[in-house]
Amino acid sequence: MSIKGKAYIMGAYEHPTRKAPDKSVPQIHAESAMGALKDAGLTKDDVDGYFCAGDAPGLGPLSMVDYMGLKVKHVDSTDVGGSSYILHVAHAAEAIAAGKCSVALITLAGKPLTSPVPRAVIPTAPDASYESPYGIVVANSYGMCAMRHMHEYGTTSEQLAWIKVAASHHAQYNEHAFLRDVVTVEQVVNSPMISNPLHRLDCCVITDGGGALVVTSPEVAKSLKRPLVRVMGAGEAPKGQAGGDTDLTYSGARWSGPIAFAEAGVKHSDIKYASIYDSFTITVLMQIEDLGFCEKGQGGKFVSDGNLISGVGKLPFNTDGGGLCNNHPANRGGITKVIEAVRQLRGEAHPKVQVKNCDIALAHGTGGSLGVRHGAATLIMERV
Amino acid sequence: MAERQFPAAIANPESQPYWDAAAKGKLLLKACKGCKKNFFYPRSICPFCGSSDTEWKEASGKGEIYSHSTMRRVPEPYALAYVTLAEGPKMLTNIVDCDFDALKIGQKVHVVFKPAKEGPPIPAFAPD
Repeated sequence: MSIKGKAYIMGAYEHPTRKAPDKSVPQIHAESAMGALKDAGLTKDDVDGYFCAGDAPGLGPLSMVDYMGLKVKHVDSTDVGGSSYILHVAHAAEAIAAGKCSVALITLAGKPLTSPVPRAVIPTAPDASYESPYGIVVANSYGMCAMRHMHEYGTTSEQLAWIKVAASHHAQYNEHAFLRDVVTVEQVVNSPMISNPLHRLDCCVITDGGGALVVTSPEVAKSLKRPLVRVMGAGEAPKGQAGGDTDLTYSGARWSGPIAFAEAGVKHSDIKYASIYDSFTITVLMQIEDLGFCEKGQGGKFVSDGNLISGVGKLPFNTDGGGLCNNHPANRGGITKVIEAVRQLRGEAHPKVQVKNCDIALAHGTGGSLGVRHGAATLIMERV
Repeated sequence: MAERQFPAAIANPESQPYWDAAAKGKLLLKACKGCKKNFFYPRSICPFCGSSDTEWKEASGKGEIYSHSTMRRVPEPYALAYVTLAEGPKMLTNIVDCDFDALKIGQKVHVVFKPAKEGPPIPAFAPD
């Protein structure tokens, strides 16, 4: 059994806020949910499946289903960090294919900008005894990946900077983007060092915000007026330290990508647009290699000279400005990756960044921390 | 520049022997009696073959830097690293007593034990 063609993404909504001192987290979840339902042409009473992850306050789906007044028969709170919402689309498609629900709502929201909560050590985590003394945070975890990649493949800071440059070219057209100024390679490599070799402009933004998606059965989809965005294939893969046989040069995309491509039955050359998780520039570079858009170790060359800029390069990516410039709500960028892919497939991206004849798109996410334990989720979609 | 203070170690019944050994200046890892592989971080079952027949083993304390990154945006910068132990597995740790700008992948390092805020000292590594 496959999920290919079994479900459609019919609603997609990115909350416009990037700074929300006057709103609560459940409120942003609900506002995002209503936005996505309105986009689809549905109401909350149509929802019979609900999906959320670790950002959902309280007891996840139980709290949020109650807050929003939903009556559902299927819930899923799989939490694989920022990649959760890409994986949720696949899990929603599985549930729909199995007849467990027909209108699945996925939400994300958080306020890391105005109400930051330090990432606490979870004392019962299996690694806590051995890793908690060492001050591991996301920037130095990804920094170690970048350092090793540079060592093995000769990747440079200038090559990584091109990823931010491309994102900034796209963000200039997004009125909601947190950072809209176009930046140069020089500006990126001359920005302050955060955790070497990653500079401030190698890092994503920290924003309040939220987003939501509505995934439906083919029958519901065809009753709606919105363009049909069909799920073609998906893959997921957690990757960790392998008992000390740790390899920081590749991500779980090496495993999730082939599963998704095989299910979708498409080739890399069929992908017109890619949303690639961009917590840091190195995240993008490694995922592009691991997904097979270029050979391993050649990511630096591939991303250089504007190859990721829509209308300029071969692989237009993150045309909303991505997490690097636009939005990284709740410190989790998975949902915005799907939302921009849906905009592209519908032809509703900003005209300056809209990819021509965008019929097949990919969204890929990394959740958790690339340097220790992370989840990879790949989703391939088509417009029909 | 002040050195970053290590927080207290978090021990549980499974990891207590590791921290008891650290208190005596010894670094332990785990070995599987089934598949004969060493692994890190330590745990009761072997992550390679699934055997629960595993034993603690004292590490030589020698290794080399697999990768590193120095956190600069804090009052007391510190170097996070993976060190490849002479026994094989890579261990997440800090590199201390060093010039952060001079750290290199492949550099030889050895274990040192640094005081924590409380409890047993924390194993870290210093350049040879």
